[in-house]
Amino acid sequence: MKHLLSIADLGAEGLKELLDLTDRFAEIGRRPIPKVPALRGKTVATLFYEDSTRTRLSFETAAKRLSADTMNVSVSTSSVQKGESIRDTVETVSAMGANAFVIRHRSAGVPHQVTQWTDAHIINAGDGWHEHPTQALLDAYTLRQTLGEIRGRHIAIVGDIKHSRVARSDVTAFALLGAEITLVAPPTLLPPSLAGWPVHVSHDLDEVIPKVDAIYVLRVQQERITDAVLPSLREYSAGYGLNLERAQRLPSHAPIMHPGPMIRGVEITSEAADLPNTVVTNQVTNGVSVRMAVLYLLIGSGVDLSSSGGANSEGDTSVGDNSVGAGTTPPPASAGQQVPPSQESAATGRGAQIALDGGLSEATAVTSSEGTSVS
Amino acid sequence: MAERERRTTPPYGGVFVARTEVLDADAMARAVKRMAHEIVEANQGLTNVALIGLQTGGVALADAIREALLDIEGVDIDVGVLDVALHRDDIGLRPVLPEAETRVPFGIDGRVIVLVDDVLFTGRTIRAALDALNDFGRPRAVQLAVMVDRGHRELPIRPDYVGKNLPTRRDEIVDVSVDGVQLGEMYK
Amino acid sequence: MTIQLAIRGGRVIDASGERRVDVGINDGQIVALEESIDGAAREVDAAGCVVSPGLVDMHTHLRQPGKEEAETIETGSRAAVLGGYTALLAMPNTTPAIDSAAVVREVQELGRQSLCDVEVAAAVTVGRTGEQLTPMAELAELGVKVFTDDGDGVQDARMMRRALEYGTAFDATLSQHCEVDALSEGGHMNEGAVSSRLGVPGIPAEAEELMISRDVALARLTGAKVHFQHCSTAGSVELVRAAKAAGIRVTAEAATHHFTLTDECCADYNPMFKVNPPLRTAADVAAIKAGLADGTIDAIATDHAPHTPEAKDMPFDQAPCGMLGLETALALALTELELPIETVLGLLSWRPAAIIGLSDSHGAIAVGRPANVCVFDPSESWTVDPAKLASIARNTPYAGRTVNGRVRHTVASGELVVTDGEAQR
Repeated sequence: MKHLLSIADLGAEGLKELLDLTDRFAEIGRRPIPKVPALRGKTVATLFYEDSTRTRLSFETAAKRLSADTMNVSVSTSSVQKGESIRDTVETVSAMGANAFVIRHRSAGVPHQVTQWTDAHIINAGDGWHEHPTQALLDAYTLRQTLGEIRGRHIAIVGDIKHSRVARSDVTAFALLGAEITLVAPPTLLPPSLAGWPVHVSHDLDEVIPKVDAIYVLRVQQERITDAVLPSLREYSAGYGLNLERAQRLPSHAPIMHPGPMIRGVEITSEAADLPNTVVTNQVTNGVSVRMAVLYLLIGSGVDLSSSGGANSEGDTSVGDNSVGAGTTPPPASAGQQVPPSQESAATGRGAQIALDGGLSEATAVTSSEGTSVS
Repeated sequence: MAERERRTTPPYGGVFVARTEVLDADAMARAVKRMAHEIVEANQGLTNVALIGLQTGGVALADAIREALLDIEGVDIDVGVLDVALHRDDIGLRPVLPEAETRVPFGIDGRVIVLVDDVLFTGRTIRAALDALNDFGRPRAVQLAVMVDRGHRELPIRPDYVGKNLPTRRDEIVDVSVDGVQLGEMYK
Repeated sequence: MTIQLAIRGGRVIDASGERRVDVGINDGQIVALEESIDGAAREVDAAGCVVSPGLVDMHTHLRQPGKEEAETIETGSRAAVLGGYTALLAMPNTTPAIDSAAVVREVQELGRQSLCDVEVAAAVTVGRTGEQLTPMAELAELGVKVFTDDGDGVQDARMMRRALEYGTAFDATLSQHCEVDALSEGGHMNEGAVSSRLGVPGIPAEAEELMISRDVALARLTGAKVHFQHCSTAGSVELVRAAKAAGIRVTAEAATHHFTLTDECCADYNPMFKVNPPLRTAADVAAIKAGLADGTIDAIATDHAPHTPEAKDMPFDQAPCGMLGLETALALALTELELPIETVLGLLSWRPAAIIGLSDSHGAIAVGRPANVCVFDPSESWTVDPAKLASIARNTPYAGRTVNGRVRHTVASGELVVTDGEAQR
């Protein structure tokens, strides 16, 4: 996988593997010095044509924890306002050596288009109403952290589905992980067609609330009123807002999620937002871990999650022989001791080649040092 | 000579064909016990000593040494596990993923940390581990215990406790398992 | 009498049927249709080819005046003759709009210097803003037969009614770009499953159908002729079919891309596939094809709409609508429509010629008529290469597509403007 443009790029297996991988990066965040040298010498450019301080900061933090250099291009400070095309901006920043672009744009599809203009990796940080894949990854990671297993769980996504890139990515991600999904929104805030969407639809939040294992509340913007999509925010809040009374009828294990920033008093009341089962800050924390995993996977790892069993990027076929070393078999154990799980089983179903890649024995290390085996 | 199927997925797949048995299971257990004694002796007891097993080959060996130390001294010392993938110097040269858990549930400042791995070869994993250890604090000393030292060092690193010194060719494979230590080759 | 130019050995097909004759041309006119014309000053070999009346595109954007960096009347006419066309109807959404006698004369003059017959459609309202009628009678005096605000529909029903009524005095044809802005505003592709998935704001089929049904009613009210441009939806085809059955004077065209491409083409957000009306669903494509087959839709138009690369290198929702069509329409129609060749040629030549008032000069191969002829090999297959197009712009959505049917020669007003697939000036 060269780019992360939409959740579907990962596929079900890739998504699970990425969530597993995120555990490793979350651990780094808990170290006294939460920084590893993995992406030293790499440059990550954040290219934000739409203001989003939190997403940009999250990516920047992730990149810095991996020791990558960061370049920030934002609409207000760049030549974008002078009429420079996205293509020229991307080509310019590429020429300065960016290895990856993190792109946010108000128009759907811009990250797709940018892939034609640079050899760098492209990470979609939100494009119009289309997708926001790293948000869905952090949401799925948070859900898994909170609920344990997502398969078979019932998740309600409430609010402005139609205009929400978060909803599009979340629906795909949660469905790939086997969740049952109910979209709860007034008809004017649903996409014109839900053909092919693996969801149920309801216009009755009160009826849905007691049945769910998690509730995901989306932001509703004032401009929907001028679009005549809603009569008033007050009417929206009455029908679809998460207030304390509704939150208390959620099953006790069900987390309350929100992509932020919350508009208290519209889609969620302060009392509900401050309940202990609100996991919004966990989402933010996990956002950094997930983005570390994505950045490392795309730029550093040389591993292709989405192609199971296939060869990876150049250079790995030749290391095949030697990279299989002592570290890949169960280590010694004293008499009577349980045999520790081999890497294959510990690797939670990851493709065998990936499990192997992580082998850490000295025999593994030789492959790079010998020079003969790495092209 | 046992021929054990290793990974079958190309391009990493292959069959490890053992040629020589270097240590059998009993000999390995004796080596663990000896290394434990050496650790106690070198550190004049186990005060402030903790083990950190390197993922994945060193983890079980660290547990085995801890058991032996418990037998010898009656002290159950702290054991952590460390995955050094993200500190490796060959990221970008070959596929590398942080594969296994890192768990150091104790402070390492001022302590004697014994890094434990199964095979010492070029020394690059140990360099990565020393680097990773810095992120957790500043140990008073770091020592190294390995089951097999097979030579061919590329960095100025030496082990403090060795199960077996084993001269090898570079293209040979040292296989450490519960059954013992074997020397052989990998065939596709 | 020495024949100046003879087209020899082809299958001559027009509305009167198919003949195997040679076509003799002198002084811009067809002077002979004979089994064998020997000794002409110049001969064109049409063996294995179809000799048809020159094609007539009733919907072309030539961009001049105002956007000469995308297309000029000259380059557009070159693209046209390479595509087998001998007449174009230039749309008035230029800058300035073709809404006054001065601009009409300018475009007509440039058209006279071009490679084919360039007819001018004038705007219905001044500046195409929908607020004030253009001097339609004065423009009609200059030869304008079709009025349209194309690019936009005439939104106001009262304005449309007045234009229709006023135009009946000089038998004008009101050609409508059917789009109710209130429903389409902010949309960039067909509204449906694909737009919902891609997160691109949609344009519902009803935005088009609502205006068609309004204008059918206004045509009935006023007795005027209404032509519906680039019908793109199954519902539009049905509305036109019903109006025709009721005896209302309506005609309709379909653009090539609306029977060859669907909204799934937008899945990669490639602005080459952004067009208005938008590419619709496979069901709509099937309905358009059925409408072409049963005569409900009278003509295939190109809606040739050149845009510069920098204009199309934009985010999907910021890129302009439109795609090139002149050089690919014949081949796509021959390849994609499973219709007899004379039906396809009727849709591309004599039927649009009739709608825009060119029946005297275009659409037939007969002695005494102006020599507007297209010679094409219906079976030659070729692959569309944007770099080889004659248009200044490169925005074809068919890059890399292999199609059957290639224009060999085009004769426009007696002049051999295309020989062996090469424009002669």
